[in-house]
Amino acid sequence: MNEITPTPAERAEKLKGLGSSRKRVEDVRFTQGKGNYVDDIKLPGMLFGDFVRSPYAHARVVSIDAEAAKQVPGVVAVLTAADLAPLGLHWMPTLAGDKQMVLADGKVLFQGQEVAFVVATDRYAAADAVELVEVDYEELPVVTDPFKALEPDAPVLREDIADQKEGAHGARRHHNHIFTWEQGDREATEKVLAEADVVAEEMIYYHRTHPCPLETCGCVASMDKVNGKLTVWGTFQAPHAVRTVASLISGIAEHNIRIISPDIGGGFGNKVGVYPGYICSIVASIVTGKPVKWVEDRMENLMATAFARDYWMQGKIAATKDGRITGLWCHVTADHGGFDACADPTKFPAGFFNICTGSYDIPVAWLAVDGVYTNKAPGGVAYRCSFRVTEAAYLIERMIEVLAIKLGIDAAELRRKNFIRKDQFPYRSALGWEYDSGDYHTAWDKALAAVGYEDLRAEQADRVESFRRGETRKLMGVGLTFFTEIVGAGPVKNCDILGLGMFDSCEIRIHPTGSAIARLGTISQGQGHATTFAQILASEIGIPADNITIEEGDTDTAPYGLGTYGSRSTPVAGAATAMAGRKIRAKAQMIAAYLLEVHDDDVEWDVDRFVVKGAPERFKAMAEIAFAAYNQAIPGIEPGLEAVSYYDPPNMTYPFGAYVCVVDVDVDTGQVDIRRFYALDDCGTRINPMIIEGQVHGGLTEALAIAMGQEIAYDELGNVKTGTLMDFFVPTAWETPHYETDWTTTPSPHHPIGAKGVGESPNVGGVPCFSNAVNDAFRAFGHVHAHMPHDHWRVWKIAHDLGLHG
Amino acid sequence: MAKMHVKMTVNGTQVEALAEPRTLLIHFLREELGITGPHIGCETSHCGACTVDVDGRSVKSCTMFVGQANGASVTTVEGLVNPDGSLGVLQEMFREHHGLQCGFCTPGMITRAHRLLQENPNPSEEEVRFGMSGNLCRCTGYQNIVKAIMAAAAVLRGEKEAAE
Repeated sequence: MNEITPTPAERAEKLKGLGSSRKRVEDVRFTQGKGNYVDDIKLPGMLFGDFVRSPYAHARVVSIDAEAAKQVPGVVAVLTAADLAPLGLHWMPTLAGDKQMVLADGKVLFQGQEVAFVVATDRYAAADAVELVEVDYEELPVVTDPFKALEPDAPVLREDIADQKEGAHGARRHHNHIFTWEQGDREATEKVLAEADVVAEEMIYYHRTHPCPLETCGCVASMDKVNGKLTVWGTFQAPHAVRTVASLISGIAEHNIRIISPDIGGGFGNKVGVYPGYICSIVASIVTGKPVKWVEDRMENLMATAFARDYWMQGKIAATKDGRITGLWCHVTADHGGFDACADPTKFPAGFFNICTGSYDIPVAWLAVDGVYTNKAPGGVAYRCSFRVTEAAYLIERMIEVLAIKLGIDAAELRRKNFIRKDQFPYRSALGWEYDSGDYHTAWDKALAAVGYEDLRAEQADRVESFRRGETRKLMGVGLTFFTEIVGAGPVKNCDILGLGMFDSCEIRIHPTGSAIARLGTISQGQGHATTFAQILASEIGIPADNITIEEGDTDTAPYGLGTYGSRSTPVAGAATAMAGRKIRAKAQMIAAYLLEVHDDDVEWDVDRFVVKGAPERFKAMAEIAFAAYNQAIPGIEPGLEAVSYYDPPNMTYPFGAYVCVVDVDVDTGQVDIRRFYALDDCGTRINPMIIEGQVHGGLTEALAIAMGQEIAYDELGNVKTGTLMDFFVPTAWETPHYETDWTTTPSPHHPIGAKGVGESPNVGGVPCFSNAVNDAFRAFGHVHAHMPHDHWRVWKIAHDLGLHG
Repeated sequence: MAKMHVKMTVNGTQVEALAEPRTLLIHFLREELGITGPHIGCETSHCGACTVDVDGRSVKSCTMFVGQANGASVTTVEGLVNPDGSLGVLQEMFREHHGLQCGFCTPGMITRAHRLLQENPNPSEEEVRFGMSGNLCRCTGYQNIVKAIMAAAAVLRGEKEAAE
């Protein structure tokens, strides 16, 4: 052997493919302030739009007087519903099959609702004019409680559909009722509950919160009247879907619309929705013939663009005396606000909430979700989770703890006893999902061993004794969670949004000198796609990741795809990338065989080259093959080296994880110190461990926020009480603990590279884990459950109600 | 509205312009000068995405009028790049330790960290966490930001070579 010939392992390392903690290619721009976010876009003659918003949660709009506003120097136009109505754009369709007012059409249904749109030459003039638009309101009775909204004499919120008995998701039984979604076997489940040794029951509220990405939502719309083309740059997590929807509602042909998602400053679900600001900017650009920018401020973001959660979950779980779970029953009252603008696949009005049987082999289950209108902002997006999966994981992981208390069994043991076993995969759940792969027992045992679980429980018991003796005022809580996610929507046969099938795509072009560009239907918002998708491709086609450009977000150049949310990029677009890479390799094999003058079957793939079987010194590397593909006349083979793949996944993927949190709770102040947080994630094949770890840190911190204080709270008049970052909790570096991360690897059997997705797992598992820890701290005193968020006052209240303050 | 004449040094370059007195420094930097590194995340001085350095102090430029910076020396993240165009130590360490994801908070983070390390060249992890608590990040959970700043401090003290 020639000494200087690199070994296959050395050649593989050079590719920086799967498994490499490759540094991010995005960061050279971002660290020196050279990102290009929507508010960085500046076009000649660009105007600025700003909203007049309703101060009332429910009111009739009697009149709008914009005359004084129009006198402000620089003001170009003030749009109201009356201006949009002739275009049919005063209402818009929502992602959930409902419709939403773009600008107030006769009434307002939530505080912060868009009433008028001021367009001016600069943002200061627009803001001045907003103050001068006089709107005369007549207040109406406000309903912010979804249970009260369903009372017979509750005020009618949606007068436009008050008489409709059928909604987008079936029958409506009340004027404020949206849908009922039922899954599973009610009769069988109720029979099991009636005959069970033990039934634990609890009402569990997952409060309303907000994704609050650091960059708010915004866009720049530019209608070029000369060539008839509309270009919109915006904070869109699904640019192609926006293009199609924009075409359908505006009547502009789809080829004349170009949607561009530039760099996006975090999304977390907030940027999936379609907002009135987008429509108004487009209309204003068409009307004025100039580009129009709209960027909401933080208060508008928290008050008016998509919220998350707001689920009242009544759970009942049945078990045998020795802790074998026999059934799960759940009813959810889902507060959707004034319009149903949930971002869920069409057939799933409560998302994938029916993953609520969790990681457990539960023989029978029943679930019903009732969607309700209230005088709150619309939304219902998946805040760093797949559709309603955080709610489901929170329900089952709280119910397991409640059941463990009732049974007097250790909660770790109860979980172990009921896990779906490794040999049961693929596993069909009682509520209809087919879990692809898992090894829960191994992950659980690894996690418990890593934290020294037995010792923690012993220490906790000692602490309770010390507390009772008056030696300490701090209690210790041990939070456990074992979660199963369902991500990667989805098979087109049952997953679509507004009729758009949820496949995804990748298109690859290999350049003659052996570098490449790949374009995808997804869009990164911080996940590092430019880095990781190149890694997938490097391993598939043997071109170093450093020589592969990844491009996303421009509908004129990228292949059609449904975008990035619900951890679907790796499971769907990642799969498309691998499949397109394999098409490249198949053609490259024929070219290599021709160049080596052997039959196609006589060459084999070896990391970054095709070698002649049995004679590895005879090979053609990808660069040489690429050059030949373009420049050599090869009989029977078209010139060029390109491929495209549209991937429709056969199933979802089911990442899982085991988390443990240890807290010390000050009984007198309600302060909770996170002493330790251990997170084991199994996301299947790991593409870039550095990025995975970063995703876990971030998701856990968003979970910390939600569990410990972050909420969108309303008073009884529908005023938003948490409308700025002063009141809306976002943890700083000071409150955020240090995290320990770990993993097991159980590849997905149906994904081309076995990857499952990870970005949202830590939020799905983190929220119940923090909450379980706080609740667990008071377990010894008869406490069972307290609602989140566990801020100081609410934790103090638990202690107070238990009589721990003497 | 009558405009005022403002003059300041931004990233080492003298600039002069006419601006409405109520113009916020962040809008002046971004829209008048085209310096788009500092971002707007909240407009109420909570998030720190707009952090710049004004005469040796960290300032949230969304709550400073341009007139208040008249005559000052202002440094933004763009000014922390080495003279040869390569990444400065903090920028390089943020990249090395995966201290950023979406990149929106990053310019403010790095500019604040720059000042923190001037004030305290040898901070403990706790001092870094406290010193950075005026800057919010929604993506990273801060762990790698803290790691990056600690690593940069070590490099700047000459205890560690910058990687590569």
